[in-house]
Amino acid sequence: METQAPSFMSAFSATLKRDLLLAFRRRSDFMNPLAFFLIVCSLFPLGISPDPKQLAILAPGILWVVALLACLLSSDTLFRSDFDDGSLELMLISPVSMYIQVLAKTVAHWLLTGFPLTLLAPLLGLLLQLPSSGMAALVIAMAMGTATLSFIGAIGAGLTVGIRKGGLLLSLIILPLYIPVLIFGVASVKAAVDGFDYAGQLAVLGAFLALAVTLAPLAIAASVRISADN
Amino acid sequence: MWTFFHKMGSPRWFYQISGQWLPWIAVFAFGLLAVGTVWGLAYAPADFRQGNSYRIIYVHVPASAIALAGYMLMAFAAAISLIWKMKLAEVVMKCAAPIGAGMAFISLISGALWGKPTWGTYWVWDARLTSMLILFFLYLGVIALYEAFEDNVSASKACAVLSLVGTVNIPIIYWSVEWWNSLHQPATLKLTEESTMHSDMLQPLLIMIAGFYAFYALLLLMHSRSEILVRERNTKWVKELVAKRLG
Repeated sequence: METQAPSFMSAFSATLKRDLLLAFRRRSDFMNPLAFFLIVCSLFPLGISPDPKQLAILAPGILWVVALLACLLSSDTLFRSDFDDGSLELMLISPVSMYIQVLAKTVAHWLLTGFPLTLLAPLLGLLLQLPSSGMAALVIAMAMGTATLSFIGAIGAGLTVGIRKGGLLLSLIILPLYIPVLIFGVASVKAAVDGFDYAGQLAVLGAFLALAVTLAPLAIAASVRISADN
Repeated sequence: MWTFFHKMGSPRWFYQISGQWLPWIAVFAFGLLAVGTVWGLAYAPADFRQGNSYRIIYVHVPASAIALAGYMLMAFAAAISLIWKMKLAEVVMKCAAPIGAGMAFISLISGALWGKPTWGTYWVWDARLTSMLILFFLYLGVIALYEAFEDNVSASKACAVLSLVGTVNIPIIYWSVEWWNSLHQPATLKLTEESTMHSDMLQPLLIMIAGFYAFYALLLLMHSRSEILVRERNTKWVKELVAKRLG
């Protein structure tokens, strides 16, 4: 008797549901990146100046850099618990292709970190005196940008999951790869604040996302396999 | 061709054959570097606008070119090691990282020293400087990841994946940074167009670039050979080699 591999959609949704459910059972993990985002953003006015004019200029950059760091810190946990309890190895020997499973896991990760960050971003924009003309661009750019960041971060998470104290190493290998998203994310918000058209920058961010969704799972699957073999 | 390829898979064969190449490459590298240095620093005419400070180009441009080409070589070796599981490719990939990082560092330092007399500051956040800095970071990431694994095989595989990911990203990073800001003078050497540089200045530069490439090959071979000895330290041929050296 041959067992049939489940279809793409059922495998995808099963993995997605499982990860969301696991996260729901441990809600504090889900809150941590958001709290980090909030706290670090509120440090900047204390460190630089409470002057609204200065803050307004710096706001897009601050928001994006802090979002980058929040994504980075949260991606460390992407495969950690699955690696520790052995479910990662079960995923590897299951008949479903690793590509689909890591894709689902990364999407779940984005829904739990990038998406809430996106929702929180306008609020922090207000705190940092970001002009309201930049809000729409901020939200759209951050939705696409953080999704790309999740995919890039997952590659690093897969590579470092087998290493004890992989956290600092993860930032070393992943942050340089985050730079294009940072550049275009900030550029779209700045263009919107200055009253220019920002569709071009958003299109570039969308192109990054399309590339990341299609190519990154290959690298994530390979890196997870290497870590599990180690 | 294929027998050569198969032989390359044998670290022992590589160790022996590269030992024969080594002196020739060394002579070639140091010869070219000596000629290029003396010609570039002493005989090439001073620049009309930048005076003598432009002579840093004879170190800066070759180092930058090799830092970039070195990453491509590393990624190429990474692809070979992942696809054909060739041990030698793993060794070359591992050894290319620190040398490439060194070249990127030389490029950054020489660029900073050149920037002071030319732009009046050691560092500007210009596109090409920033790209080189990011390339340096990418090299550091590969080195750090390799060091973090205890097992050579997993370390090589992980670094191979990382350098391939980096290769896909390099054009994107370059293009993004280019778009972000540009102040650097446009590239002096262009393959497709006539160079904007006078031939009296260009010839020593080309010699220096060739010399740097030979020097890079020399360093890579030496580093790979010692890495091979470390990895194969429990095999018979390495033990015999050591026994012969010790007499």
